[in-house]
Amino acid sequence: MWDYTDKVKDHFLHPRNIGVVENPDGVGMEGSLACGDALKISFKLDADKRISEAKFQTFGCASAIASASILTEMMLGKSIEEAAKITNQDIVNELGGLPKEKIHCSVMGQEALEAAIAYYRNGGKPEEKQSQTGRLVCNCFGITETEIVDAILSGHLTTVEQVTEQTKAGSGCGSCLDDIEEILKRVTTEMQQKEEDDQAMTNIEKIEKIKNVIETVIRPALQHDGGDIKLIDVVGDVVKVQLQGACAGCPMSAMTLSHFVEQKLKEQVSESITLEAVRP
Amino acid sequence: MTENTPNIYLDNNATTQVAPEVIEAMMPCLQRFWGNPSSMHTFGGKVKKCIDHAREQVAALIHAHPEEIIFTSCGSESNNMALRGVVDACGGRTHIVTSNVEHPAIRSLCHYLKKLGCGLTELAVDNEGLLAPEQVAEALTKETGIVSLMWANNETGVLFPIEEIAPLVKSSGKLLHTDAVQAAGKIPIDVREVPVDMLSISGHKLHAPKGIGVLYLRKGVKINPFIIGGHQELGRRAGTENVPYIMGLGRACELALEHMNEERTRVAALRDQLEQGILASCADTFVNGNREKRLPNTTNIAFKYIEGESILLRLDQYGIAASSGSACTSGSPEPSHVMQALHVDAMALHGGIRFSLSRYNTQEEMDETLKHLPGIVDELRKLSPFTARIQCC
Repeated sequence: MWDYTDKVKDHFLHPRNIGVVENPDGVGMEGSLACGDALKISFKLDADKRISEAKFQTFGCASAIASASILTEMMLGKSIEEAAKITNQDIVNELGGLPKEKIHCSVMGQEALEAAIAYYRNGGKPEEKQSQTGRLVCNCFGITETEIVDAILSGHLTTVEQVTEQTKAGSGCGSCLDDIEEILKRVTTEMQQKEEDDQAMTNIEKIEKIKNVIETVIRPALQHDGGDIKLIDVVGDVVKVQLQGACAGCPMSAMTLSHFVEQKLKEQVSESITLEAVRP
Repeated sequence: MTENTPNIYLDNNATTQVAPEVIEAMMPCLQRFWGNPSSMHTFGGKVKKCIDHAREQVAALIHAHPEEIIFTSCGSESNNMALRGVVDACGGRTHIVTSNVEHPAIRSLCHYLKKLGCGLTELAVDNEGLLAPEQVAEALTKETGIVSLMWANNETGVLFPIEEIAPLVKSSGKLLHTDAVQAAGKIPIDVREVPVDMLSISGHKLHAPKGIGVLYLRKGVKINPFIIGGHQELGRRAGTENVPYIMGLGRACELALEHMNEERTRVAALRDQLEQGILASCADTFVNGNREKRLPNTTNIAFKYIEGESILLRLDQYGIAASSGSACTSGSPEPSHVMQALHVDAMALHGGIRFSLSRYNTQEEMDETLKHLPGIVDELRKLSPFTARIQCC
């Protein structure tokens, strides 16, 4: 079986500690169906605050299963502080090594454990995850709030079912359906508000608004990733901008522009705005 | 895995067992007739006659003229020769029409040619992996130099209607190449009735060894040679002939023709038995791709909520060899471009397993596979965080 060690094979063929701990003190999920692998780790502490029970569920390849299985064994008997020190390299070492292209499976183990510990430290609540495109809403498919808002706005969606159909968000375990409904309500209200505003906006007001959105929303987000943006001109509904810093040379910049910047301007200024990138 | 378990080989779209008759046909040219077919002496002349015979055997498989058969080193070389030969003859640039489910031997090549300045249209298949001839007609432009479409898909076995596409491309004056690596030997091909200009065959997909392929090049079609050098293959492919392998391929083609009917009847029946058995014994499974317009030996089954590699390696434990489309390598497990093109449900995108049979498979092997598979699927689903949640909802 390829380059797997006997230990990997053993844990793949006979995984230990499968399932979810009842009334857990910590639960953490990493990965998603969309990513092709996912891992859920849960644990319970005893009276001495040591991990007395640890279980896992995983969707993934042989080394993902083996990494998760051995991780649960490694966690047992450890305090939270000790468990927090387990790294992906420790998992790899314990398995007697993993093929280079499978190292990410051990990373997923470490990250799920970190998420479970964060859940415990957060008082029994999952920490809200931030991804590059905003808060993660649907864990099963890795769909963020921004993506859901985008889908609602561009598709003029009005029901949760439509959102699920469009984005797949909520079609896995369904635990985020309430969250999606909240987002839908909020966006719908904002949209109506904006439509009313739109009708009464003068050209000067529009340019002011564009400047304001770029300064307060878009630039801070781009600067966070080492990039920046400069407003060059506004001609009718066409907003001309120049990407700077890390954004300028980034192959994702075209997507950054159309998806993020344009969407923000559409959302907060006017639906009819289009974006034009000017080369530096 | 262990040496005493029977090896059940269900990965024949990857490669096939070399037929004993093929090995037999190769041996004389390794042991006795090792002369150079280009030599003037009688010793070389005998070898030349061997090649001529093999060329006739290959030609017979697709009803071509022997001089339309060019021996190459593999299917990928045949594909490169066809596309680059046409692009070169067009002065280095042309417009290429292909599909979005081609084998990397065409897909990567087309992406490379695009970088060199060629236009490229990749036609999208529908959710069953099918392509309509009208899509091809609509994609042709004044600039189009060549259309390259696979006859049968390696992952799903789904067939493109080459017999309808070929006359359409011909009447528009364009060239048509078909990658028939998976189709040749499994379904009847007749180039007298289907006017393709070029067709690729790979030896090791039809019980010949690896390292031998064919490009069929219709008489009168002019392409530039890809390997330049000597006069071999009428100047269309230089390099001293790989005589033993050519002999092997000739015999393999002859055998394929003899067994063609068996492929359609017995092999197809085994495939159907396996497929229906899996669908009946494992919940939440479905077949990827159209089930009618398909190779008789292939089935690609999607298992929801679990990942392909883990199914494969559990099967491997029982000595059963199959294949998975998605490769979980460096970083993130990337589902195959074919499964993505078919818009396979995200819950099953990573759980596709291809079973591809050959005439060497038996009823007992299907029974044995069906005995183990449901248990494997069950166990893996017990591990999956997605199954558990779905059941509770």
